[in-house]
Amino acid sequence: MVEPVLRLDGLRKRFGGLTVTDAVSLAVAPGEIHAVIGPNGAGKTTLIHQVSGTLRPDAGRVLFAGQDVTGLPLARRARLGLARSFQITSVLPGFSALENVALAVQGRSGSSFRFLRPAAAEAMLNEAAMAALAQTGLAGRAAVPAAALSHGERRQLELAIALAMQPRLLLLDEPLAGTGPEEAERLVALLQGLRGRYAILLVEHDMAAVFALADRVSVLVQGRLLASGAPAAIRADPAVRVAYLGEDEAA
Amino acid sequence: MPASRRAATLPLLLFALLAAAPFLGLGEGWMMTLLARGMILGLAALSLWLVVGGAGLVSLGHAAMLGIGAYAVVALDEARITEALVVAPAAIGAAALFALLTGAVALRTAGVPFIMITLAFGQMAFFTAASLAFYGGDDGYTLYARSTLAGGRWLENRLGFHYLCLALLAGAFLFCHLLLASRFGRVLRAARENPLRVQAVGFSPYPYRLLAYGIAGGMAGLAGFLLANATEFVAPSFLAWQRSGELLFMVILGGLGSPFGAVLGALALLLLEEGLGHLTPHWRLLLGPLLVLAVLFLRGGLVGLPAQLAGTRRHG
Repeated sequence: MVEPVLRLDGLRKRFGGLTVTDAVSLAVAPGEIHAVIGPNGAGKTTLIHQVSGTLRPDAGRVLFAGQDVTGLPLARRARLGLARSFQITSVLPGFSALENVALAVQGRSGSSFRFLRPAAAEAMLNEAAMAALAQTGLAGRAAVPAAALSHGERRQLELAIALAMQPRLLLLDEPLAGTGPEEAERLVALLQGLRGRYAILLVEHDMAAVFALADRVSVLVQGRLLASGAPAAIRADPAVRVAYLGEDEAA
Repeated sequence: MPASRRAATLPLLLFALLAAAPFLGLGEGWMMTLLARGMILGLAALSLWLVVGGAGLVSLGHAAMLGIGAYAVVALDEARITEALVVAPAAIGAAALFALLTGAVALRTAGVPFIMITLAFGQMAFFTAASLAFYGGDDGYTLYARSTLAGGRWLENRLGFHYLCLALLAGAFLFCHLLLASRFGRVLRAARENPLRVQAVGFSPYPYRLLAYGIAGGMAGLAGFLLANATEFVAPSFLAWQRSGELLFMVILGGLGSPFGAVLGALALLLLEEGLGHLTPHWRLLLGPLLVLAVLFLRGGLVGLPAQLAGTRRHG
């Protein structure tokens, strides 16, 4: 078996008396799109925080790129190649789209303790940033301040920032949140284009998108993994239907 | 780029005006003293701008750096060391070191806690200065003489001192511009806008902020060196929190969006105080409301005024 890019090993997180993550173990193989679904309050966001490094688990380990990163903060994990996007769009509103992405390129290319040369004039940073923008369909909007982009475009920009990091794993927290049907369609097509090239851990509410994209689906209910498997198997799993997918999906 | 050229026009104009001032009928002693003071406080405000406008951290203890620079001059003067090539680096170094040490603690926080911690460190420095009996304690310390430069008494000369202040102010201004546009400055600006985003692409904001704070401290130390030489007298009041507040006000009055705002704010506040002081002995009664109006109506500060006027004309 191929060495997974990401492995969660018995993760547990408790807030007071409430166990939000309960013995969660899963693995993401290189090039695989692994979706985590679950009803509201299932602990998806808490899980994401533990994977990205903004929350520390009470027990268990996070193994990333062959290394135990359980104790490493967000920035260190990012430098190892873990790129996350945020459920609530998180870009630099005062920066142009290009500069938003160029910052991500800067993060993986050399020291940023350089003081006198204008960063905006560094061709290497700009070219890599333009490539990432082109990949997400934003090449024409490079000079626009992020604050002036539409919501859908800002979601694309988040993706461009993540891609510019040349990550080993994309951790996408509800990339379709708040988008209209057309924007969602464009983003799904975009993610389809990434298939096989990146390992992706995807948390998403839009079931159509999940079943169109995922190679593997894990179902999280009350902090616990209820099932994990191929999309078809998950769709057919009676326990999953009862716990989560509900009547409309079952019909 | 025309936009950046336009942005450079006003600073160039102001620096040219300051350079020409002694020959434009402003060469009288009291006016030269006032202008030198304006440029020195401009330098101090510029260094504070690096923290507030550049890094997005509001400090209320910046006068401590200025005062430590000034007290470095005092300490060396007491030891009969007056060579500026020694004294100025010592002032810069002492203030930068204080900034790095206190910043290492203060930068663990942000927002209101950061304001309170910088204020607390500033007050510690103030009371320390006031208790230094061998440097005059509360009464302050009168320098034996201004610093010499490469052995010559250049700083005694009004014109020489004027141009030294101007050169250092212009140099620091250019440095701030380059710094903010560099890779380092980009991380700093990004961390001001959204620290989480910056961490998510692999940067921890802390070392960048700490270094910026240290650089700002060094610049303020340089301003302290100049201030001590301008007044030939140093007192604990240099470090008082009221002075920190005044510097902060200069930065806000000028506009947080550009380092030029700090320079403009310092000169404007000083000239306004002076002008009102000539009108009436109760000038503070006029200054207060004027400053309130400025904050209410000058959204981008003084540097934003041209754009704001253009905007009103277009809409009105």
